[in-house]
Amino acid sequence: MGKTTAEKIFEAHLVDEPFPGTKVLRLDAVLCHEITTPIAIDDLIRRDKDRVFDPARIKAVIDHVTPSKDTKTATQAKILRDWARRHAIRDFFDIGANGVCHALFPEQGFIRPGYTVIMGDSHTCTHGAFGAFAAGIGTTDLEVGILKGVCAFRQPRTIKFNVNGTLPKGVYAKDVILHIIGKIGVNGATDRVMEFHGSTIDAMSMESRMTLCNMAIEAGGTSGICMPDMTTVEYLWPFISTEFASREAALADYSQWCADPDAEYDQTIEIDVTTLQPVVTFGYKPDQSKFVSEMPDSPLDQVYLGSCTNGRLEDLRIAAGILKGRKLAPNVRGILSPATPKIQQQAMREGLIDIFMEAGFCVTNPTCGACLGMSNGVLAEGEVCASTTNRNFMGRMGKGGMVHLMSPATAAASAIEGKIADPRKYL
Amino acid sequence: MKTFGGPVLFLDRSDINTDEIIPAKYLTEITKEDLKPYILEDLKLPGFDPSSPKTKNARVIVSRANFGCGSSREHAPWVFEVNGITAVIAESFARIFRQNMFNCGMAAIELPKADLDLIFSHAEDTDASMSIDIAAGTLTMSGGGNQKSFSFEITPFDKALVLAGGWVDYADQNY
Repeated sequence: MGKTTAEKIFEAHLVDEPFPGTKVLRLDAVLCHEITTPIAIDDLIRRDKDRVFDPARIKAVIDHVTPSKDTKTATQAKILRDWARRHAIRDFFDIGANGVCHALFPEQGFIRPGYTVIMGDSHTCTHGAFGAFAAGIGTTDLEVGILKGVCAFRQPRTIKFNVNGTLPKGVYAKDVILHIIGKIGVNGATDRVMEFHGSTIDAMSMESRMTLCNMAIEAGGTSGICMPDMTTVEYLWPFISTEFASREAALADYSQWCADPDAEYDQTIEIDVTTLQPVVTFGYKPDQSKFVSEMPDSPLDQVYLGSCTNGRLEDLRIAAGILKGRKLAPNVRGILSPATPKIQQQAMREGLIDIFMEAGFCVTNPTCGACLGMSNGVLAEGEVCASTTNRNFMGRMGKGGMVHLMSPATAAASAIEGKIADPRKYL
Repeated sequence: MKTFGGPVLFLDRSDINTDEIIPAKYLTEITKEDLKPYILEDLKLPGFDPSSPKTKNARVIVSRANFGCGSSREHAPWVFEVNGITAVIAESFARIFRQNMFNCGMAAIELPKADLDLIFSHAEDTDASMSIDIAAGTLTMSGGGNQKSFSFEITPFDKALVLAGGWVDYADQNY
């Protein structure tokens, strides 16, 4: 019988099976940020175990609140910074080089097909876009990952999504994943890996695949996973060109992680995107969504473009394409936070930042800040935000505030009209 | 090993997320104790008062499906722990929250909806209390002059974590 991608990765990384169904895996990458790591560091010191299993396989970034906004956040940053120095963690990204973790680490070439990746952050599932098993975990799992380079998981069960068809104009990966979450519900994939297949995924860029996998957790999924292909190889080529004689050789190697055609799945779900429209959430759970056409006259106070879901160059290009020569509606304020310095710089070179600023957007440095209501764009009570982020929980972006999740294109159209708006008329 | 059981706090809603359990703005706290005042501060549940004696005295939380969804923040189990709550009983859990509970040596116990309905029938009892025996896999709900027992299953690994007091010690001994 064939195997799923997660089954192959589990088999190749198995260290121990202490009890039936519990697999302890060797980790290829342990990712850290300043919110969930300092308490792990603190605990390791307290236990007299201030060690790291392998400084080369640990990557760290200050991204949630940066530059620090107060003494507490400055202290969190300092704990992470001092720790990275103490243990010679070379891949540590501080102010000037820091960006949103799930955009920055892939951009640095740290994630490869077949990898096991953990981070004390629920959106770690993003990295499955590279054909990796990538799971968000808590601080204790992170602590053990840092110390021992292992993590325990239940034997994975996988849901296969066959996503087929050409995406209609104005419909993007964000709409596809919001549609899927709406279909299966916020716990539709709990304890499951979400494996994405089909012609729609094959045609997607790595950025789009990351958007797709990023929100697997919003359906409860452990990891989203896309099959490594030539698109994956092209994205990684600057980092792997010395490892492989050719792109074809890299593809041949990475293909070992593709699911077998006769793999056994928990469930197989068919998605036809040819009739899909731009999707927007309306409630306080990511599975509460409608087509934008079903939500006329929904007023807004703020439009936010950024985050690990949709703060990449492709997203900025799409939004800028709609905003070019247009202005924010007078009733809304716009905030753009490019996800990494590299994205910000490239967006500047391409004139995208000019377009956003001429439209009336405030452009901030790369940070997670506003997405979780910590900094750089927190809502007031009763305010409503059109956002390219991933969570619309009540109060997520500020106590008493409401969030509508949508694609960068829909957010840009909504910025122009000051209410939720259909991007297709601007394309 | 931690002790499990005592007065019960009933949270009769599905999909309670970790932002509701401990809002992100408090994630800048460096110690677990500092989280204590903010337990369930943003919970959307009619009539719920996070500062009521009922919340403060609780040792066990009973809730519905998909408890602990959303952010991976272990601050959610921690804010329970520093408030004396060491067990959550629900129809189902989000994976990360569930593992965080066991990793801290606490218990996240799943029961079928029918059993939870019986437990929720004690929601108005002022003396509603639960005793939990992790090793035996049984819990007893009492209140209003009557009591009822239920059996539950947790994985052998999760049970070992509870008995070991958490994952750090377990892993350091074994790997």
